[in-house]
Formats: sequence, structure tokens, C-alpha cells
Amino acid sequence: MAGMLTAFGCGLVFACGLVAGGMTQPSKVVGFLDFTGAWDPSLALVMGGALGTHALLRRFVTTRSRPLLAPAFCVPTRKGLDARLVNGAAIFGVGWGLGGFCPGPAIVALGGGVSAALVVVPAMLAGMLLHDRWFAAAPVAATPVVANGAEVGRDG
Amino acid sequence: MEHFTPLSSLLGGILIGVSATAMLGLLGRVAGISGILGGLLAGDTSGGPWRTAFVAGLLVGGFLFAAAAPAAFAMTLDRSTPALAVAGLLVGFGSRLGSGCTSGHGVCGMARGSKRSIIATLIFMTTGALTALFVTQVFGGRL
Repeated sequence: MAGMLTAFGCGLVFACGLVAGGMTQPSKVVGFLDFTGAWDPSLALVMGGALGTHALLRRFVTTRSRPLLAPAFCVPTRKGLDARLVNGAAIFGVGWGLGGFCPGPAIVALGGGVSAALVVVPAMLAGMLLHDRWFAAAPVAATPVVANGAEVGRDG
Repeated sequence: MEHFTPLSSLLGGILIGVSATAMLGLLGRVAGISGILGGLLAGDTSGGPWRTAFVAGLLVGGFLFAAAAPAAFAMTLDRSTPALAVAGLLVGFGSRLGSGCTSGHGVCGMARGSKRSIIATLIFMTTGALTALFVTQVFGGRL
């Protein structure tokens, strides 16, 4: 129960951050990515602020042997580059630049009843399922890596 | 520079960083949205119902903000329904194939110093910028 409330609270704070940062306004996202027009550097501050804060604070929690409410840290351990990482990131970027929505803001916008999110989110989930079907028979990168007693095979 | 919102954007970033740290320190999990959504779709229930609870927090947050500050969801980007559908499809497929998105790679992975995440972030920022540039230059910002 404590774990569920924690996850819910984290989702709520995460949503507040995305909204305050301007990530739920696709025009700001595209205004950042398209640096040739009336460039809006706001998103650099969202990403920089999130990255800096997390990089600074995570040191204080990862020095513990385990998280407060769970038996072990489940952090990706996969190393090395592969075609999937490169191709996946490239494809993701094209979709992000096209619609101005990445997964977090899309879900928050869906909660806000935004009509564009009613199109983006189902399509995004379909894309995820399509990926899982496509690669269901090729377990190369899907092999879980055992780290700290937990199965992890993703980066995030 | 138009519509630059340095203070609220920095505050937003800090909140995201705090949330990601709480997820790690309390639940031991990475706050990567595509990974959480993908886990839900694949029926991964490891560690309990935290994925559902986190996504519920995102949805409720959106619901509350839409009531309090609808301008936060201004959709001034000129995109047709088919364009949005294609964008969503690529975001979903690509983030799963590349094992992460803006949050998982761009925030959590980079903060961890992961080489994979740094490369992934550089790649999706580049293809994102090229796509936005292409839509502006070739289609006049409407698609």
C-alpha cells in the first residue's frame, strides 16, 4: 500500500513538473527542437533541471544497500551499443519532432482530456504493442539481466 | 526567442528530478515512462502494482491541471489527426525498440552516467530537431 501511494505521488509530482515545464504544450516542444525559427530554449531548462537535480540527489539514495520500500534496486545494467538502441532512439525522435509529444506529456494530456492526446496515446500504445509482437520471436535484447536480485532488461 | 519561460521550466525540471529520485530511493525503480507503459502492456507485474499507480498519478495530475490551468495544454501546433497518429506510433515503437524515451534515457539514464542513454539522447534530439525543421521548412509548419 505504501508502495502504491508512493508511486501515485511520484506520478503526480512528475505530471506537475511536465506541466510547469511546458512539456504538455507541443508547440513549445517543437519550438525547442526547431532551432531555426523563433527558438524557445525552455525545454533545455526542463531537461537540464531534471537531469541536474536527479544526478545530484540520486547519490544520496544509491549509497544505501536497498530502497526504503522495496527489496532491491532495479536499475538497467546493459552496456554497449547496438542497432536497436540507435534505430529506436532515431525513430522515437522523428515521432517526437513530428507531434511534439513524448510518452509522459502524452499521458498527462490524456488525463487532461486534450483531444490530440486521444489520438496520440492510442497510437503510441499500438506502436509499443507492435514492437512487442515484432520482436516476440527474437529474444536477443529481451533477455533479462539479473542485477541485485531483480530482473532488468530495459534502460528506463 | 519567443515564449521563453525560464523559471517555470526550471522549476518543472526540478520537480521531475525530485520525482525520479523518490522513485529510485523509495521503490528502487527508474522513472522511465515508456518502460513503465511497456511493462503495463506486457503484463509485467514485478514489484507490485506500482506501474499502474504511477500512470494513475500522471493521469490525475493532467486532470487537475486541465481544470485549474487549461492553458497548460494549449494545442497551437498545426497537426492533422493522421500526422498525430503517425507521430504516436513512431514514439511508441521507437521508445520500446530503443529501451527508453526522454525520461528514461534523457533524465534517469544520463544522470546515472549511462553511455547507452547519452548516445540515445543525442540521437533522438538530433532526429527530433531534423524532423521539426523538415516540417517547418517543407510544409510550412502544417502537417
